[in-house]
Amino acid sequence: MTQVSQFPGRPLLSGRPLLEVSQLVKRYDAGKPALDGISFSIRKGEFVSVIGPSGAGKSTLLRCINRMIEATSGEVSFEGASVGLLDRKNLKRLRSKIGMIFQHYNLVERLTVIENVLHGRLGAKSTLAGAAGHYSREEKRQATEVIAMLGLSDHLYQRCDRLSGGQKQRVGIARALLQDPRMILCDEPIASLDPNASRNIMEQLKRFSQEMDIALIVNLHQVNVACKYSDRILGVNAGRLVFDGRPEELTPEKISQIYGAESRSLTAELGEQYAS
Amino acid sequence: MPADIFVRRFNNGLVFFLSVAALTAGSILITQYDVVAGFTSIAKAFAWGARNFYPDHHAMARLPEILRKLWQTVLMSIAATTVAAIFAAFMAMLGSRTTRFNALSSILVRGLASVFRNIPLVAWAMILMLAFSQSLVTGYLALFFGSFGFLTRAFIETVDEASLDAVEALRATGAGYFAIIFQAVLPSCLPQMVSWLLFMIDTNIRDATLVGLLTGTGIGFTFDLYYKSFHFHEASLVVIMIVITIIVIEMFSNYVRRIIL
Ligand SMILES: Nc1ncnc2c1ncn2[C@@H]1O[C@H](COP(=O)(O)OP(=O)(O)O)[C@@H](O)[C@H]1O
Ligand SMILES: [Mg+2]
Repeated sequence: MTQVSQFPGRPLLSGRPLLEVSQLVKRYDAGKPALDGISFSIRKGEFVSVIGPSGAGKSTLLRCINRMIEATSGEVSFEGASVGLLDRKNLKRLRSKIGMIFQHYNLVERLTVIENVLHGRLGAKSTLAGAAGHYSREEKRQATEVIAMLGLSDHLYQRCDRLSGGQKQRVGIARALLQDPRMILCDEPIASLDPNASRNIMEQLKRFSQEMDIALIVNLHQVNVACKYSDRILGVNAGRLVFDGRPEELTPEKISQIYGAESRSLTAELGEQYAS
Repeated sequence: MPADIFVRRFNNGLVFFLSVAALTAGSILITQYDVVAGFTSIAKAFAWGARNFYPDHHAMARLPEILRKLWQTVLMSIAATTVAAIFAAFMAMLGSRTTRFNALSSILVRGLASVFRNIPLVAWAMILMLAFSQSLVTGYLALFFGSFGFLTRAFIETVDEASLDAVEALRATGAGYFAIIFQAVLPSCLPQMVSWLLFMIDTNIRDATLVGLLTGTGIGFTFDLYYKSFHFHEASLVVIMIVITIIVIEMFSNYVRRIIL
């Protein structure tokens, strides 16, 4: 269904999509499952937002992809390999190809910007080099370059607890980029930021997705932001996928389907955005 | 009814007060302790101290010997504490919620730590004396075991309390266990851990004096010798030097703490 590229200049993937999720179920306890049979696929370089009310299962979905959370059943395959079957070593290798960005940035606050960014290389290192934190000259050069791309050159050796929220999130993005990832999972990357910083972060993400052909899955709770930046939107409600389509296809009816009772205020918000 | 609460509280207070009074009176009667004499003797003790308990010039001649023993005690305390801290740091990684292998390792480590921590230092010294008799090793090990228990517990709490979102982020990059420990957990927790280590060194230098009395080593034993042979001037010099040492060490560790925290 999504094999038609929206970027005419970009060659179609010959074989399978980058990521395929099928019939994913996650049950934390005896009650209702957090994910209840979710299926979708993501192409190389695609920018996909996941929207839905809080508690819908967005964070769980993201973490089941790189097995930070073990799914109860269903299948995730990345670049054709079944993620659920990987042993520890290969799971680490898989994770090193998938970046992750968090609402609370998840930096080592006492360390400097460049040290945090270099952490992106740890997945590719031997046990000893990783424990010793030994980085090659080339890795340090790359880190400096990525930091410059994100406009943080002035803060290279500054401790992260001195940075603003927006700056911290840019460090988080730089760390993910240093992994040289095929895909980045973003869990509410702008939920703790002011509107200006939010716009900056979303634009940076969009830019890297396009320039470096990195697929993005971004959990968001602002519908208007999702519409503005995404190639495609997934709507999740109570662990089920209730919408999978392009932003233009997201009608107010669809939104109310995704958000249920919360939808009234959100449609109003969307209306305002279109009006302005 | 609110009135009931006040009545109940008053009754509880009364019961508590009467129990304490009965316990105290009972103890005094059984041990035939003379309360009045007990208090008046404090004044007498001060008077005696002023007459005998100060260093004279004979005592000052013993200063190098005393300093040598003191130095030995301080070094032993530092050695016992730092080695214990290394073991404790290792155990804390197995015990903390964020870094443990599994729930079982955490329970075992916490159990071990609380056993070691809850045996008082003097009890450790007595137990170890059975094996090593009165020697420096006994004192060293007694301090080591006590510190190990305490520091394991303190380090576990340090790691648990540091908000370690970064551990999740590093795990997501594919980083291994040791990379996560050395690149995220220790950088976040080390200052607090060093602060606990300094506190433990302070405490151990004080306690080493006591343990020395039991094990017949170090500055505690020096004091014991002088005191029991009625060399009160020398004994007083020992006390003064101990107090000065403890103050200096405390000032030093406060200084270090200010820098690292
Ligand atoms: N560790 C957990 N243990 C038990 N239940 C959980 C856990 N994490 C999330 N849940 C539950 O799973 C559901 C989905 O949560 P989550 O994925 O965090 O939703 P979202 O990110 O969309 O807000 C919620 O009902 C939540 O209470
Ligand atoms: Mg969430």
